[in-house]
Amino acid sequence: MLFTTFAILTVAGAVAAMSFRNLVHSVLALIAAFAGLAAIYLQLGAQFIGLAQVLVYIGAVAILIVFAILLTRDKKVAQQTVSFSSWKLNGVVALAVFAVIAWAIFQSPTLQHEILPEPQVSMQQVGNALMLRYALPLEIIGLLLTAALIGAVTIAISEKYEKHERRERE
Amino acid sequence: MTSLTSCILLSSLLFVIGLAGALTRRNAILVLIGIELMLNAANLNFIAFWRYHPHSETLTGFIFVIFSIGIAAAEAAVGLALIISLYRHTRTANIDEVISMRG
Repeated sequence: MLFTTFAILTVAGAVAAMSFRNLVHSVLALIAAFAGLAAIYLQLGAQFIGLAQVLVYIGAVAILIVFAILLTRDKKVAQQTVSFSSWKLNGVVALAVFAVIAWAIFQSPTLQHEILPEPQVSMQQVGNALMLRYALPLEIIGLLLTAALIGAVTIAISEKYEKHERRERE
Repeated sequence: MTSLTSCILLSSLLFVIGLAGALTRRNAILVLIGIELMLNAANLNFIAFWRYHPHSETLTGFIFVIFSIGIAAAEAAVGLALIISLYRHTRTANIDEVISMRG
């Protein structure tokens, strides 16, 4: 029952995020979808993932998107309408994809099994796995995040500022 | 219908919504939001299969989602930086109006 509620919240948030005309409203709907997903993760017994979802997606990604929207404010985009024909065509393509996936899901024999008890994951287990077995991937992801941070600043830095810096150096 | 089936159906629905949005919307930021939704659908799949696997104590899907969230954060940061840089050059975030590769 709880699962159905959160699933409806998630899907409604996702649909609203993709169909609202105002960009800030779509980000608010996106936050609702992320929160619903976090609740589903908590319900599936993945507490750490649920909290990471709240921290990373709602706390960082959504706020970053809001900043990007405010920085790229465009008068035309606010009034621009999505043409009905492209919605129709892409809706048909998306529904066809969903129909194929749903057909495959219901055909699959691996989904017919007994109900398993909820797995108990302690933070100690997660920490052990990250520090021992998955230590190298963890280091690589740290390097990737550092590179992405520096890259993002380098890409987004104002060119005027760059030129000014260069002139000062010369 | 088992709980695993409903989880996978929810994740495929999320994926399809993200796909339709990324294909339809013309604002670069909304395309990025659609991609984020598709990534989240994949994460939900990993968690659902981890939860209903008989050997869930190996934590494979769980750890995979942790790394996937990290990569999604890096992707969002670089993607939004690219959009801001694009806006500074062309004064628009509409991907249909960006028709030239010259800066």
